[in-house]
Amino acid sequence: MHIPDGFLNAATAAGTYVISAGGVGYGLRRLAGKLGEKQIPTLGVMAAFIFAAQMLNFPVAGGTSGHLVGGALAAILLGPWTGLLVMTCVLLVQAIVFQDGGITALGANVLNMGIISVFVGYYVYRLVSELLKGKRLAEPVGGFVAGWASIVVAAVACAVELALSGTSPLGVALPAMAGVHALIGIGEGLITALVLGFLRATRPDLLALEKI
Amino acid sequence: MEKKWWLWGIIIAFALTLLSPLASPWPDGLERVAEDFGFIERAKEPLFKVIPDYLFPGVGNEALATILAGIVGVAITLALSYGLARLLRQRA
Repeated sequence: MHIPDGFLNAATAAGTYVISAGGVGYGLRRLAGKLGEKQIPTLGVMAAFIFAAQMLNFPVAGGTSGHLVGGALAAILLGPWTGLLVMTCVLLVQAIVFQDGGITALGANVLNMGIISVFVGYYVYRLVSELLKGKRLAEPVGGFVAGWASIVVAAVACAVELALSGTSPLGVALPAMAGVHALIGIGEGLITALVLGFLRATRPDLLALEKI
Repeated sequence: MEKKWWLWGIIIAFALTLLSPLASPWPDGLERVAEDFGFIERAKEPLFKVIPDYLFPGVGNEALATILAGIVGVAITLALSYGLARLLRQRA
């Protein structure tokens, strides 16, 4: 879902840069002086894991592939503002070092795969956990639904940005982006639930970290 | 135990890069939509290139070049995120 240079017009690129810079700046202020000795290495490992996992495209129907984004996972584990820091680091390295996602589109990519995927993932997980409170399935189902929703909503945001840029009309881009990402989101949901299960089995204390 | 677990987490991240040559080469969701609806050619060449396409420059073997790019990326991402997190750590 990384938008390359050229897909966005100047106004959309600039507008999303302003929103993302504001969001990340506010998040950094929220986190200042708050990260504990377990959160710091967890955050680093999570960012490294998400970078690596994003390289592993899996095939979905119709000659299309997708890969983990990881915003929901990072937010479920660490909280939305810490998750946003994780995603911003991954997206910065991808844009600057690997030319994956354009430099001019970095604001939009941080908005979609950082801010939006993180907050949708975090709050959908909390909602599902609340609905299934006390049930064994709360964690895996919550992770799956949160992962899926985070991808679909991020894809819808991407479609809106393409439409605002005059690149593709909303009536075309929105159903196409939402449709293909509804499939890719299944992979996101499965991986999110799997990693939560792995953590539950090996380090359940990390699932109980304060979410910031 | 604590330190060992972090170490294993980092090892898992680096180990995942060994799988990167097996990743699906098919276009991703956005590229698929851009191809189907005819705006893929709007993509511009990046302003500068460091390690484009996740291929470490100057390495002939494509699988090896991909893995090396992944290792570099994991290392930089780990250093950047850990470094930033340290700056935000709790003050006693």
